[in-house]
Amino acid sequence: MAARDYTINAETIRATDARGLGSAAWYKSPVPRAELKALMQRSDGPALRDTAILVALLLASGVAGYFAWGTWWAVPAFALYGLFYGGSTDSRWHEFGHGTAFKTMRLNNLGYDIASFMIMREPTLWRWSHTRHHTDTIIVGRDPEIPLARPPDIAGILLNIFALKSTWIALRSVVRHAGGRLTEQEATFIPEGERPKVYREARTWLVIYAAILVVALATRSFLPLMYVGPIPTIIGGWFVILCGLTQHAGMAEDVLDHRLNTRTVYMNPFFRFLYLNMNYHIEHHMFPTVPYYALPKLHEAMKADTPPPYPNVLAAYREIIPALIRQTKDPAWHIVRPLPGDAKPFADYQPFANAGSMTGARLQ
Amino acid sequence: MSETLAAEGWVDACAADAIGRDDMKPFDHGRLTLALYRTAEDQYYATDGICTHEAADLTDGFLMENVIECPRHNGRFDIRTGEALGAPACVNLVTYPVKVENGRVWVKVGGA
Repeated sequence: MAARDYTINAETIRATDARGLGSAAWYKSPVPRAELKALMQRSDGPALRDTAILVALLLASGVAGYFAWGTWWAVPAFALYGLFYGGSTDSRWHEFGHGTAFKTMRLNNLGYDIASFMIMREPTLWRWSHTRHHTDTIIVGRDPEIPLARPPDIAGILLNIFALKSTWIALRSVVRHAGGRLTEQEATFIPEGERPKVYREARTWLVIYAAILVVALATRSFLPLMYVGPIPTIIGGWFVILCGLTQHAGMAEDVLDHRLNTRTVYMNPFFRFLYLNMNYHIEHHMFPTVPYYALPKLHEAMKADTPPPYPNVLAAYREIIPALIRQTKDPAWHIVRPLPGDAKPFADYQPFANAGSMTGARLQ
Repeated sequence: MSETLAAEGWVDACAADAIGRDDMKPFDHGRLTLALYRTAEDQYYATDGICTHEAADLTDGFLMENVIECPRHNGRFDIRTGEALGAPACVNLVTYPVKVENGRVWVKVGGA
């Protein structure tokens, strides 16, 4: 089978609508309303605590990098700084964007603008992009956040271990928006009234980038560039892709059930702090109103209705890497996760006989 | 009493205690789907029940004091005024007058 076309435009929107895949009703695991309501409760406490810890880690590693500058000790110091600056802000951008991390919306909005800059995702553009991702998760022709096309771009993945491809795309996007232009794809999900904000934000970012460059030139030092802007984002890129690929890579497209196109992976407490529990990704997609600190409890409430979680990141990659290699030759193939015996399938689900965690299927 | 209310265009929606405090309930009337809210302070409100951003049932969402959060994209609205509080909710919800009489919730839905 040939490579799929991942173009998003008015025509693909109409085509997916005609197939019943656009803005469709998605399967939801049965969680009692009272339990769900308790899980949705918001508090400022957990996010204030986690933000304070992150700021302390940024300060500690940043100060260490300052004093170590010019020695080899600067390498581990800025590796850690980059992990906290670029690696941890993928999840902060995400949680603040959903508005669920803090109870106080002003804190979510402030955090969202800062985290967006750190991870280099333009705030308004990515708010609307992520909204579409939640409406049409991994629906080809609609979802602008499908992480990997088929066949997967292995070179692009390798470049993104250092956030090189994503940073290049982000910089081009900022320049385009500063010039007052959207792509055809962006025009399908950003409402007219929001577009001036996209352009204004891009221009603000360019001014900030220019200011950092001026400081670096004035001080005749590379050091300022290590703290703010694309470089620390690039340094932390490995963690973004390490966790990000576990979300959907190699899984089914065009299914209306997050259990079939999304993974939940158990992670160690340090990763979960950096990733703000986004490893419970099936749970997050099914119930995005549940804040990150309640996702472990939500997982317990619905795990009988979901495929078995991966015991750790390594286990997830034992599935992902062979799947991506296979998809380079057979783009129609994808992983099929087994649903528990008594799990309720979604309406169009066609179970595969003897399905196991590495069982695959081909698009017909 | 109920005949008078009905004559004035009020519709008997449900028993007042059918909605828990700090909770909500859907109510269909003609072509309209409404969301009925009862706040923790025992105030009742009614709005359109479908999110103005994309078709999602707001009563599956989360009521925080006087704000309803859509279950699908976290769009938020003030249930007292219907005001959309930020992207992706950009269009206000229609609100409806509500009153509680004799343990029943009455909603004025106009010409639905």
